[in-house]
Amino acid sequence: MSAPDQKSAGGPLGAILALPNDNPKKTIFMALAVCLSCSIVVASAAVGLRPLQVANQEADRIRNIVEVAGVQRPGQTFQEAFQAIEPVLIRLTDGQATDAHDVNTFSIERASKDPQLSRALIRAEDPANIKRLPSYMPVYKVRGGDGDIETLILPVHGAGLWSTLYGFLALEGDMRTIQGLKFYQHAETPGLGGEVDNPNWRALWNGKVAFDDAGRPVIEVIKGTVEATTPNAEHRIDGLAGATLTARGVENLINFWLGDSGYGPLLARLRAERG
Amino acid sequence: MAETTKDLINKPIADNNPIILQVLGICSALAVTTKMSTALTMSLALIAVLCASNVIISLIRNHIPSSVRIIIQITIIASLVIVVDQLLKAFAYGLSRELSVFVGLIITNCIVLGRAEAFALKNPPLPAFWDGLGNALGYSAILMAVGFIRELLGSGSLFGVQILTLAKDGGWYVPNGMLLLPPSAFFIIGLIIWGVRTWKPAQVEKPDFKIQTAQQSEVS
Repeated sequence: MSAPDQKSAGGPLGAILALPNDNPKKTIFMALAVCLSCSIVVASAAVGLRPLQVANQEADRIRNIVEVAGVQRPGQTFQEAFQAIEPVLIRLTDGQATDAHDVNTFSIERASKDPQLSRALIRAEDPANIKRLPSYMPVYKVRGGDGDIETLILPVHGAGLWSTLYGFLALEGDMRTIQGLKFYQHAETPGLGGEVDNPNWRALWNGKVAFDDAGRPVIEVIKGTVEATTPNAEHRIDGLAGATLTARGVENLINFWLGDSGYGPLLARLRAERG
Repeated sequence: MAETTKDLINKPIADNNPIILQVLGICSALAVTTKMSTALTMSLALIAVLCASNVIISLIRNHIPSSVRIIIQITIIASLVIVVDQLLKAFAYGLSRELSVFVGLIITNCIVLGRAEAFALKNPPLPAFWDGLGNALGYSAILMAVGFIRELLGSGSLFGVQILTLAKDGGWYVPNGMLLLPPSAFFIIGLIIWGVRTWKPAQVEKPDFKIQTAQQSEVS
């Protein structure tokens, strides 16, 4: 059934195709031809669809910020609701706002790879296992009627079990109470670690107090269920069954980002402003 | 091949179903069937990949050197899967996120490589297309059936539309959370296999060995 092709077309191509299939020359030719055509197809799909995909990602990011901030009024699109949110680029070391880069195009992932825009972390200071810490981060403020910050939305990321989880943490105006947590990108096991997306689990974070009285971040994801009588219930969140390592990753990354290397200086500054 | 087009499409749906008779593609069947919408997207993705890969491989079947044929088939399948994945990311972003890695894993879905090896390598493009369509539909039928049961009983909805009012929303239905976990798909597929084999006893395998009654040996 693998008889050589009947149509003996001329030219070098026809000559190669006319060779028996097991001929080494033909084997190499076929391998090259298949690889070349496949790579052209894959590359054109990837390049051609890129603008649409980037637009989707951007819309998804905005949707997540709006959702975690809870500022969407009925009938509003995410884009419209996003207008109420004020993005600011801050320098992590002192929490100072800066115009060094455009906050709307600043990419955390790109900055984490750029030696100019990030610094390497040693293992001991890197519980979230992010390897490199960007020098700047975009944060998002929602102001109330009196101009005070009502909600502060902080991008956070860190290693789970398989992947880096990227998400947003919303703090209430007191800069201590968690208003919401949502991950927008991760590749944890669906049904186990992937349950970080579960709305019921995310709802457990609302109202938890992220800091102890000394101002240290003390969020703890425990095994089992947090009861009202559990000591320190206000700092503790139920673990995810079958996803101990993902849950531990979430705990580490939240505490890391709220700590001194993360948004600590910014939060101290905002608390002082509030008086 | 004496099989008619109708046979090529119909046979893999009930008589020779890739999931319930050949027991291929189980991994994705477990993972994407918690909701009808993801099951449908996955089915459409597999239909596209399987039909296209069968046709392409069948077109060049007379020129595929046997020594590298698996690599060539996998290269073609993988490229098609990447293209489908990219299309989903561009046009159905939300769904592509829910399916996460599973569209990519169509590459390792034995149904696709199995049909390429078993059918497309030996048959002209048109029958290969029908064969691909039939097998993909067989896969889809099981996926949709499992998705139907899991979403209806696990979340009380179909395609995200609430059918049974949940107890937590003031209704009467207490959803069975087990149906949202992967093992439940095993149970449902097992029950479907049982049902189909009762309906078509020809699918029941012959036992590998017979159980003999033990011979009483004399105690020395």
